[in-house]
Amino acid sequence: MSGAGNREQVFPTRMTLGLMKGKLKGAQQGHSLLKRKSEALTQRFRDITQRIDDAKKKMGRVMQIAAFSLAEVQYATGDNIGYQVQESVQKARFQVKTKQENVSGVYLPTFESHINEEINDFKFTGLGRGGQQVQKAKTVYTRAVETLVELASLQTAFIILDEVIKVTNRRVNAIEHVIIPRTENTISYINSELDELDREEFYRLKKVQEKKQEAAAAAELEEKEAKEQRAAEALALSESQDTSKPHSEEQIQKEVEKLDLKAHEEGDADILQENEDDVIF
Amino acid sequence: MEGLFFNVNYGYVEGIVRGYKSALLSSNQYVNLTQCDNLEDLKLQLSSTDYGNFLASYSGILSTSIIQDNLSKKLYQQFQYLKSNSSGKLTKFLDYISYGYMIDNVSLMITGTLHERDRSEILSKCHPLGWFDTLPTLSIATDIESLYNTVLIDTPLAPFFKNCLTAEDLDDLNIEIIRNRLYKNYLESFVEFIEQEFTNPDQEIMLRLLNFEADKRVINISLNSLNNPDLTTENKLSLLPNYGKLYPTYHNELAQVDDFEQLKSIVENIGEYKDIFSDGDNGSGSGPKNLEDWFYLLEMQYCKNAFTQQFTLSTVWAWLRSKEQEIRNVTWIAECIAQNQKNRIDNYISVY
Repeated sequence: MSGAGNREQVFPTRMTLGLMKGKLKGAQQGHSLLKRKSEALTQRFRDITQRIDDAKKKMGRVMQIAAFSLAEVQYATGDNIGYQVQESVQKARFQVKTKQENVSGVYLPTFESHINEEINDFKFTGLGRGGQQVQKAKTVYTRAVETLVELASLQTAFIILDEVIKVTNRRVNAIEHVIIPRTENTISYINSELDELDREEFYRLKKVQEKKQEAAAAAELEEKEAKEQRAAEALALSESQDTSKPHSEEQIQKEVEKLDLKAHEEGDADILQENEDDVIF
Repeated sequence: MEGLFFNVNYGYVEGIVRGYKSALLSSNQYVNLTQCDNLEDLKLQLSSTDYGNFLASYSGILSTSIIQDNLSKKLYQQFQYLKSNSSGKLTKFLDYISYGYMIDNVSLMITGTLHERDRSEILSKCHPLGWFDTLPTLSIATDIESLYNTVLIDTPLAPFFKNCLTAEDLDDLNIEIIRNRLYKNYLESFVEFIEQEFTNPDQEIMLRLLNFEADKRVINISLNSLNNPDLTTENKLSLLPNYGKLYPTYHNELAQVDDFEQLKSIVENIGEYKDIFSDGDNGSGSGPKNLEDWFYLLEMQYCKNAFTQQFTLSTVWAWLRSKEQEIRNVTWIAECIAQNQKNRIDNYISVY
């Protein structure tokens, strides 16, 4: 437990404790979910890396053949063939369609190549010379572009996945190393504060009881003194009024019994109070 | 007799051309070139040939296109020199040679104009041999009508446009069809010119070369339009030059064939072209040859034979074609070296 510094600034109450416990539970659940997501993405990522490697090697081969077929075209037809082809093209024969694929909540764009066989704008190019080479170069380059499209879709997925994996890992780490310890710290802080409060309360009650007992003892003493005083006064009075002496003595006896009973009752009540405190703790 | 006064007018030019011819790369030099490991080596090897220090002024990283550009520059210089030293029917002959390149340039300009491209961008792509003074003005025309009526009429190609294409055609037809129609007209008028102006043996050699050129186009067009339903039989016929060994017997059949086997069986009726479609090994060990390779090889053999006759102007044509083939060869070798495809490097065609 790293000191009081790494906890949330909350009032240590029972309600906050409940909240915090809920939060900890949520964080743990989120952590395990994110961890699983990150693992799924990483698996996918490795798969894509492997495929990118293959696609790049394939691209190298295909592009080499394609570049060479262009050299053949130039050998057979001479210059300007590129310009003629450019100028005669009207519509795109090779089209790329894009769609989305969902991998554990991440949308990856994938490109699909599509060839419209009806469109063949430069079929006349090289009619008088080298037309076959032009058509051959066309098919070879179509393959090259297909490879490029495949590679492009893999690369895009690679970049996006990389980003998402980083974010997810950051979240996993944040939850694991920051949020969960902090919430745990907060919970233990609240617990210790509540304990402290309870101990204070106990001490306070003890103190109150002590004071009460003191006050009771003082009151008893005072009453005793007052009684003695009254007895002395009565004695003095009886000395002056001898006739009423037996009667007054009886009276005094009665009063003393009454006081005794009262004191006895008070003591009983104190014991009860003490018992209750014990029950609380 | 015909050689008696030849040298009075054309002796110098023929001498020059024969000089150029002997500077063409030999098989040995090609073998040396194919041994190069990188383009710097290639440059070094080429500097010991007639090209000399053609890349001396260029510093920086070599690329195939730079080598090709510089090789071509040399060819253009030589051709321009011949042109400025020519006279009489030789000038006309050289003009006819350039018309072929002009057709390419004009169709390029038309394409550019139709797509509203920048003029300087297109002009830089034009073939220098097909350059003529009014070429830049082609792009001034903004619509097809004015292009046809005011501009094309002034070009040297006007006779080829005149009878086969109307203004509407320029708009509707594919530029490749226009180009091939022009080329057909060009070839036919070239042959007429040869038949009128040239004497034997010059005429014989030139006709053989031009007939081959015509056949080459006919076969290529038929082959390349096999799977093309847009081109009707009549349209196809209008693209085929009315000369060559395949004319007139096989033209109709060629225009109607719709699969490769039929085409093959028709073309094989001509002895010279029997091997064109045999895609197997031809014995030289350089792998299977494709159609273009066959044509180039045949053409080079014809050109080599053209040099065996004395007192002919056809040497100019043969030399030009050989030189072009040489540039293609060197470019091909450079391309193979640059792209590290050594197994195909022997695909060049060398006859000298």
